[in-house]
Amino acid sequence: MLDKLIEYLQFPFVQYALIVGILIALCASLLGVSLVLKRFSFIGDGLSHVAFGAMAIASVLNLTNQMIIIMPVTVLSAVLLLRTGRNAKIRGDAAIAMISVGALALGYLLMNIFSTSSNLSGDVCSTLFGSTSMLTLTLTDVIVCSVISLIVIALFLLFYNKIFAVTFDESFATAVGTKSNRYNLLLAVIIAVIIVMAMNLVGSLLISALVIFPGLSAMRLFKSFKSVTIFSAVLSVFCAVIGMIISILAGTPVGATIVATNAAAFLMCTFIGVFVR
Amino acid sequence: MSLIDVRSLTLGYENRTVLKDLSFHVDEGDYLCIVGENGSGKSTLMKTLLGLQKPFGGEIIFGDGLNRKEIGYLPQQTIVQKDFPASVREIVLSGCQARCGLRPFYNREEKQLAEKNMERMGIKEFARRCYRDLSGGQQQRVLLARALCATRKILLLDEPVSGLDPMVTAEMYELIEGLNKEGITIIMISHDISAAVCYASKILHISKKPFFGTREEYQNSDIGKLFIMREEGGANA
Repeated sequence: MLDKLIEYLQFPFVQYALIVGILIALCASLLGVSLVLKRFSFIGDGLSHVAFGAMAIASVLNLTNQMIIIMPVTVLSAVLLLRTGRNAKIRGDAAIAMISVGALALGYLLMNIFSTSSNLSGDVCSTLFGSTSMLTLTLTDVIVCSVISLIVIALFLLFYNKIFAVTFDESFATAVGTKSNRYNLLLAVIIAVIIVMAMNLVGSLLISALVIFPGLSAMRLFKSFKSVTIFSAVLSVFCAVIGMIISILAGTPVGATIVATNAAAFLMCTFIGVFVR
Repeated sequence: MSLIDVRSLTLGYENRTVLKDLSFHVDEGDYLCIVGENGSGKSTLMKTLLGLQKPFGGEIIFGDGLNRKEIGYLPQQTIVQKDFPASVREIVLSGCQARCGLRPFYNREEKQLAEKNMERMGIKEFARRCYRDLSGGQQQRVLLARALCATRKILLLDEPVSGLDPMVTAEMYELIEGLNKEGITIIMISHDISAAVCYASKILHISKKPFFGTREEYQNSDIGKLFIMREEGGANA
């Protein structure tokens, strides 16, 4: 089995997939902790559906570079969702449910009506649950993904203390002059970018798992924000690598395998957490 | 000149006015208690003082070189904080966030300030403990140490003893009184009239006809007598 793995690792497309997978897992986990603690996890879920809708529109328009549509639409929705989250008239969670299901339905509808492909359900299934396109990445894809990931990581490190302050106590942070709204916006935009990037890896239905599982697992075990953040990053990369290796060797779907690995890790962390306390 | 001078302030939220024509001032070294019934606008006043929302009318003037951002604020605890994985040191250090501006990391001076304030609040031994594992009184000390990192002069406390048991409540009041004696100006929102007339030097009673004056004036005023009596009656019943 090890021989088989080493043989696979010789192929550039497998290497590309691993690099992109690791970067996406790392970025997703960094912000997951804040998202979970700020009760924003559902925004991630809503956004992934919006990204699906946008992708449907892009494929109907037959664009070669679908990112031109998907990225701005998702980022814009992130900003809107954040705004409505504070609005008393339409409750935040209701707004998210509305937008996400609406986008999902619209996306499927568009793909159905204007479909150019002979295998519609296959297309839909791969956008929702991740596709083999993970294994057809070009060098350009890898470079774009690396650059975006580095920007996300750099932003996170630079604003780490501010993100902590705004996550822990927004009113205190605002009172002492930190522009909380800007940091909330930053969080929402970054999470939108990560979700769009992660669509290829795990598919739009499973992305929020990549965002929230590592953070939740780390919170079972660790007691400071820094250690929770570091552990969730390490765990996320570990699960992504293990998940991808299993899927390569066993021929299982990539996205679902990674999420299943994360779920298993969460159960283990919960178990250990109960005993340690 | 006063630290904070509030002139004919009109307050409210979502286009609903809750308070009209409120005037009072806070001088250096004061211990001001803001009392009043639920819904009278205490929290709205506090948020307006902190700049978290805008007043409908009137003005707030900060004097004596006090900047609004230099007010140390002790908010009421939120649900988010109840299960928040953060060490005591991380939280206290976040009180320095205004000092570092856009600089991404805390410098040595700020870290020392955090250590000093943890010591001052008697929580140094908990520095590495997780905030959610502490008792209510210890958590309040952590937040107080954080507020002290943000200020040199003035603390704004929003119901600092709510949810604490009587022993811890008394400790908390002593701690605050100690800080006041060290020269820090205190503004405290409270339900607790008996503590207010015991510790405060000035009292602001918010209602349709607001009262502002020294503790002695309050005890002799009609509204004060009524309120203190009702409170004591409540305690006896």
